[in-house]
Amino acid sequence: MKLKIFSVVVLIAGILFATSNINAQVRLTGAGSTFDYPIFSKWFDTYNKMTGVQINYASIGSGGGIQQLTEGTVDFGASDAPLTEQQMNTFKQKRGTEVVHLPIIMGGVAITYNLPSVGQGIKLDGPTLADIYLGKITKWNDPRLVKLNPGRNLPNKAILVAHRSEGSGTTFIFTSYLSKVSPEWAKKVGNSISVNWPVGLGAKGTEGVAGIIAQTQGAIGYIELAYAKQNNLPYCVMKNKAGNFIEVNFNTVSEAAAGAAAHMPKDLRAVITNADGKNSYPICGFSWIVVPRDIKNREHAEALVKFLRWAVTKGQNDATSLYYAPLPKPVQKLDLEKINSITSNGKKL
Amino acid sequence: MEIVKESDTHKKLQDYFRKSREKAGASRKTFLTKILGNNNLGDIFFERLTLLFAVLVFLLIIFMGWEMYSHSILSIRKFGWGFITSTTWDPYSQVFGALPMIYGTLVSSFLGLIIAVPLGIGVAIFLAELAPSWLEKPLSFLTELLAGIPSVIYGLWGIFVLVPWLRDTVEPFLQNEFPNSFLFQGAPYGFGMLAAAIILSIMVLPIISSISRDILKSVPNSQREAAYALGATKWEVTKIILSYAKSGLLGAVILGLGRAIGETMAVTMVIGNRPQISTSLLDPGYTMASLIANEFTEAASELYLNSLIELALVLFVITIIINIFARLLVWSTERKWKLSPI
Repeated sequence: MKLKIFSVVVLIAGILFATSNINAQVRLTGAGSTFDYPIFSKWFDTYNKMTGVQINYASIGSGGGIQQLTEGTVDFGASDAPLTEQQMNTFKQKRGTEVVHLPIIMGGVAITYNLPSVGQGIKLDGPTLADIYLGKITKWNDPRLVKLNPGRNLPNKAILVAHRSEGSGTTFIFTSYLSKVSPEWAKKVGNSISVNWPVGLGAKGTEGVAGIIAQTQGAIGYIELAYAKQNNLPYCVMKNKAGNFIEVNFNTVSEAAAGAAAHMPKDLRAVITNADGKNSYPICGFSWIVVPRDIKNREHAEALVKFLRWAVTKGQNDATSLYYAPLPKPVQKLDLEKINSITSNGKKL
Repeated sequence: MEIVKESDTHKKLQDYFRKSREKAGASRKTFLTKILGNNNLGDIFFERLTLLFAVLVFLLIIFMGWEMYSHSILSIRKFGWGFITSTTWDPYSQVFGALPMIYGTLVSSFLGLIIAVPLGIGVAIFLAELAPSWLEKPLSFLTELLAGIPSVIYGLWGIFVLVPWLRDTVEPFLQNEFPNSFLFQGAPYGFGMLAAAIILSIMVLPIISSISRDILKSVPNSQREAAYALGATKWEVTKIILSYAKSGLLGAVILGLGRAIGETMAVTMVIGNRPQISTSLLDPGYTMASLIANEFTEAASELYLNSLIELALVLFVITIIINIFARLLVWSTERKWKLSPI
């Protein structure tokens, strides 16, 4: 009994001591995208060692992140899709200030497949890819595929379409591209983090989609660039808006963002699929950090703004080692301007 | 008359213990009397306390149901009964119908049971009635071990072993043998309803077999002895035992069904995740639990989230209905058995 009381006292003292210790430092919290989680944890760790600021992040998914920010339970949210008009209105009503979108990192989407007899680099264009996902092209030796790939021996094999079964930013980017290049896709299916797929098998996570493709000859699917590179999967060479066939890599993805930066919307909610530019890869997009324009707690506001400035500039150096594409310089500049417009109780930071 | 004469110290010790016992008893009594004002307090207190726990469980279920209802009010208002009769699940156009998932959940679970019940009860009969004891112990341990394997591991095994085997061997064979059967139409991908049913059957097998074994073991030996004494063969004795244990075995099957209906991870990895209703076992499908797990994290709009919670409510209600149905079934077999033993 005495031992029990003793241990309870020690425990309580420990908790009190621990909390008082943490309170000495500013602690920021964020929630949202799972896609961002690997680079965020690297950033938060590095930044903590540099400045002592502790940042906790819950990777509960983009939708959850937006919701938590709207409720005011976190300092920042992270999302793979920009907020919809409706979400922005709700935010304004609840928080009394508008939401700021900051492109924070980029991801590319590779179209991968399993055709051992053909090998790397099948050429595809947007409308053909959309028709495969609409179920209108069902064989690899379809005349349209043969025409895009002269001289390659495409087999008479059924195409098995694979897609993500859970809501994901990758799906948002992919369906955004298909909606832009195929009016039929835009009308029938649309652009969202999860959609009602006309054909195919759904699998959970990038690994799941890659698993179906690895196992099934004739399968095709879209996965994150990072994953395709790490696992040396074959991927399609995509025809971009300018009419060139482009391989997916960090440079061609950043190129797409640079092409888009010239006519970026003011609120930075840019979806950059099918971007202009000679060497732009067409299926890629931003992930955003979203924060309130005006932050009540000045201490938190200062710490957050400092961190964001660091993340969109120096932080980008960590991107390629984790298989993200870094933000190109013009977008970094736009981000910094946006960050400067964040205030605390109406006062500049 | 005392046989052993006690020593003085022994007596003193006994006195001391008796007194301290009385003292403790007295103080406890006064404490409880103060609270409850009755003589037989310990019992009443204990009874009330356990009653409270039992009521808490009941309240918890009501509370869960209410909570899900109140958080799905948007989609209940918008779709009404259409939610469980519509076959479209389209997050982009914000149209939600749960029928394909209800179908997928029920069909995959029942198919799983069709495979698992004969196997599970067969295993139980062997372990309880026929196996020599040196074999029974390790075999029981192994079947129970199956129950402890995390479901994601079953899922991985499904993707890497079961699915390729189904796709390359079993499904082409079925299509060759029964080319016109409505059960085996469509391209053999491996992923689909059949794969989900097989995974589920393996997962519920240990539950059914270990509970059934315990039930068979609890059948009184007098039953066996009486049957053997009348010259019954092993098979005849087994029949008698099975009929004696009928209601318990049914309970084991229902517990298995409960696990199958709620299973999420392993199923989502092999079922193909396609919200459609198809009679073909080779076609992909979807279950309620899988869809909730897949889409909950990224459900951005209120209506979408409400629809997912309503789907959970539907799953909850279906589970309750199945359990009530099972209770009735167990109860009716028990009654029949009491009227005409064996």
